[in-house]
Amino acid sequence: MPFLSEIFQHFLPETILAVGVMALLLIGAWRGDKGFALVDELAVALLGLAIISIVLSVKPDRSVFDGAFMDDAFARFMKVLSLGAALVSILLSVDYLRRAGLEKFEYPILIILSTLGMMLLISADNLIAFYLGLELMSLALYVMAAFAREDGRSSEAGLKYFVLGALSSGMMLYGASLLYGFAGTVAFSGIANAVSASAPIGVVFGLVFVMAGLAFKMSAAPFHMWTPDVYEGAPTPVTAFFASAAKAAAVAVTVRIVITAFPGADQQWRQIIVFLAIASTLLGSFAAIGQTNIKRLMAYSSIGHMGFALIGLAAGNEIGIRGVAIYLAIYLVMTLGAFAAILAMRVDGKSVENISDLAGLSRTNGLMAFFLAMLMFSLAGIPPLAGFFAKYYVLLAAVDAGLYPLAVVGVLASAVAAFYYLRVVKIMYFDEPAPNFDPSPLAVRAVLALSTISLLVFWIYPTPVMDAASVAAKSLF
Amino acid sequence: MLGFGLLSGLTFLPFVGVAFLLTQRGEDPATLRNIRWATLLTTLATFALSLVAWTRFDPTSAAFQLVEERSWFGSGLVYKLGVDGFSMPFVLLTTFLMPFAILASWESVEKRVKEYMIAFLVLETLMIGVFCALDLVLFYLFFEGGLIPMFLIIGIWGGKRRVYASFKFFLYTLVGSLLMLIAILAMYGVAGTTDIAVLLKTDFPKEMQFWLWLAFFASFAVKMPMWPVHTWLPDAHVEAPTAGSVILAAILLKMGGYGFIRFSLPMFPDASTYFAPLVYAMSVIAIVYTSLVALVQEDIKKLIAYSSVAHMGFVTMGLFTLNPQGVQGAMFLMISHGFVSGALFLCVGVIYDRMHTREIAAYGGLVNRMPLYAFVFMVFTMANVGLPGTAGFVGEFLSLVGAFQANSWVALIATSGVIFSAAYALYLYRRVVFGALEKSSLKEIADLTPREIAIFTPLVLLTIYYGVLPDQILNTTAASVDHLIQSHTALLDAVKLAAAGQ
Repeated sequence: MPFLSEIFQHFLPETILAVGVMALLLIGAWRGDKGFALVDELAVALLGLAIISIVLSVKPDRSVFDGAFMDDAFARFMKVLSLGAALVSILLSVDYLRRAGLEKFEYPILIILSTLGMMLLISADNLIAFYLGLELMSLALYVMAAFAREDGRSSEAGLKYFVLGALSSGMMLYGASLLYGFAGTVAFSGIANAVSASAPIGVVFGLVFVMAGLAFKMSAAPFHMWTPDVYEGAPTPVTAFFASAAKAAAVAVTVRIVITAFPGADQQWRQIIVFLAIASTLLGSFAAIGQTNIKRLMAYSSIGHMGFALIGLAAGNEIGIRGVAIYLAIYLVMTLGAFAAILAMRVDGKSVENISDLAGLSRTNGLMAFFLAMLMFSLAGIPPLAGFFAKYYVLLAAVDAGLYPLAVVGVLASAVAAFYYLRVVKIMYFDEPAPNFDPSPLAVRAVLALSTISLLVFWIYPTPVMDAASVAAKSLF
Repeated sequence: MLGFGLLSGLTFLPFVGVAFLLTQRGEDPATLRNIRWATLLTTLATFALSLVAWTRFDPTSAAFQLVEERSWFGSGLVYKLGVDGFSMPFVLLTTFLMPFAILASWESVEKRVKEYMIAFLVLETLMIGVFCALDLVLFYLFFEGGLIPMFLIIGIWGGKRRVYASFKFFLYTLVGSLLMLIAILAMYGVAGTTDIAVLLKTDFPKEMQFWLWLAFFASFAVKMPMWPVHTWLPDAHVEAPTAGSVILAAILLKMGGYGFIRFSLPMFPDASTYFAPLVYAMSVIAIVYTSLVALVQEDIKKLIAYSSVAHMGFVTMGLFTLNPQGVQGAMFLMISHGFVSGALFLCVGVIYDRMHTREIAAYGGLVNRMPLYAFVFMVFTMANVGLPGTAGFVGEFLSLVGAFQANSWVALIATSGVIFSAAYALYLYRRVVFGALEKSSLKEIADLTPREIAIFTPLVLLTIYYGVLPDQILNTTAASVDHLIQSHTALLDAVKLAAAGQ
């Protein structure tokens, strides 16, 4: 029986968030919405503290709580991504919430709760912990989608997300029960043992249901239907959080499940992943072409990017997982930068969301236009921007695993996708100016600038991300 | 210098200019003058540095020289730069032509001058990088990165249909290069590295070579451009500003030829031999067909664009003959076409700046008002036709000699292309320069300004100099060409021996 303190050090970031969020809840209950600013700042501090506790800790990989919770390099990598994205989402939201009259103390608390769910999810090493983490994350996300409850679109987004999310959770539970029934255990390692020789048909069924649920959470086609509506309807900072932190967690858990629980059934899950990857990259590129709303555009763009991340997973080896890790890290930076730019789109105090509102931005606000253009080129995967290397490493894994058709579909889809990213650049640079944007708050400008600059210089000093991703991938095998 | 060498300095020197330009604010004449001069001086300094590199370059060796290497992404990717007989001339061509491109934009670009100059300087870095890179991924990075500034140059400072042209340019090139990316990844899978020097020594399995060759071909054929994927070029040329056309014709197209000679020929020798007839066919179609298309053009720039496609047909034909004359001729033609076609676009720019139209029909009888211009235009038209005594002749002649050895039918058809090129070039010249000066709008047109004379003098001199004394270029490339052909024949002999042994 290990000492509690030993377990505790593996559970420190989660403890920080769990205890902290309860304290914040007390402050909020006591001060009401007047305490928003304080709660908000403390929430940022908590997330920052959690990140520091992960980055600074040096400890061996270890499974705790009777194999329910895995603390390995992969989990730490993904947790830092999710925590970082949550932190930036809060920073981005301050000004937006103030202007929208949504300064309610629940907002940062919900973000922290959801992030806590993500961390449990990322570390989940059995089906029960997996489901608990997933629901903690999702329930908070449902509420956040409907956070602007006076706004019909936001309520609609919340409702849609909840109903469809509940359906997907149900499918996942059903799949999990099948897995338990056939494997006789909920532990991922136990399932791996049970299916190591041959996968019984019941396990394959269970796998399919679980994968369907996961595909819903990471909005991979054909389970993407909710994404554009929810992205469009939810308040923009919430969308930024959905598109960044939540995706990272969903992809992370998918990786962990297929790699650690189904190494013996790789033929079965690879088919599913390859299908999801092809469907998502194609849908993400073709469906985005006709969009006029930039949040919907980003929704389809994120579907396409998830498809790319899955290309790395389809390879199913260490190179592939490294590719996924690099992809997510770079994708998160690009997404947060793009949403910072969307948050900066305000005319006369009102948010605007049409791509045409960006017209001629290069002349009215050259710096913002440059940053957003570089983000678009990076999303399109044009070198030397970081988005290229993200694609490079997942494609490398696919080619290495002999998945040539998948790689070819992926690059051709990315050429189609380049069209709509270029269209945004075209509107900003080649068209006549639309009304000026209001000056944007410091946090938004800082996020936009920092994310773009880091994408621009990534190729000069890629070592930290590359090394961390390599270590993370290694820990899964 | 932090362990970076001459070529790194050369590649990134334009960024010093960019850094200065970024500090400039405002649109007043003094600032604009600073911006223009700073850009010009940067490009001149880059040219000077490239001359330094040339003096340190040993043309008798086929090895990579001035090599510098640093670890980069780990796992096989290296930051490695170096030049040999194939890349050195292109580096010089790039740095040599950039000041002309800047001078050509001196007055014609009025809006967003700072951004324009930055785009060109960034483009220069990326172009030099393409020719210096000795790592495939690094090469790809520069190769694709060049799309961004060129897209903006065409799209922001271009003509009426600039949006269409810029998208077509970008997407065409992107699709081709993405297939090459897959091939690069596959090569990495075999060799475990993307170091070009290692890959040149790697023996790729024969089956695989065919796919790799096709993937690289997709990229370079679009870039070149070869018939039938050349259609983006006339659009891009017509809509781009003068300097953009110059760079596009003179340097960006050469990346395709450089790609063939650097990667396709030496790395996939079996596939190159196997596909040579395909390349011949596409080349002669390009030569004959696009020459005929050029004959009926109404737009001067479009005509020159089609003529570029035809000339690139000679280049691809010469390259795949894989004999010394053909490859030397192709290399020479690429260099000479670099400054001849660049100069032709500059010539168009001169009259476009005055009349703001590129319609051939809008001109006529310019010789009466612009004798100097008529002379300059004449020199470059003749060089374009391939008149002996101009630089255009040497390359065309050599590549035809090479083609004749490889396949006399190909040479026969290609030679007829020379006649067509004389037809469209002289026809253009007659309609624009000769005849009576009837159009009232042309009555006041002025001859070359001192700035324009300064631009054209070195180009005219070089065109004639290299036409009479081509040794300098030929010697620079000779060692590398010999090395390429020797290793190629050695490889094919080995294959034949193995086949005979069985």
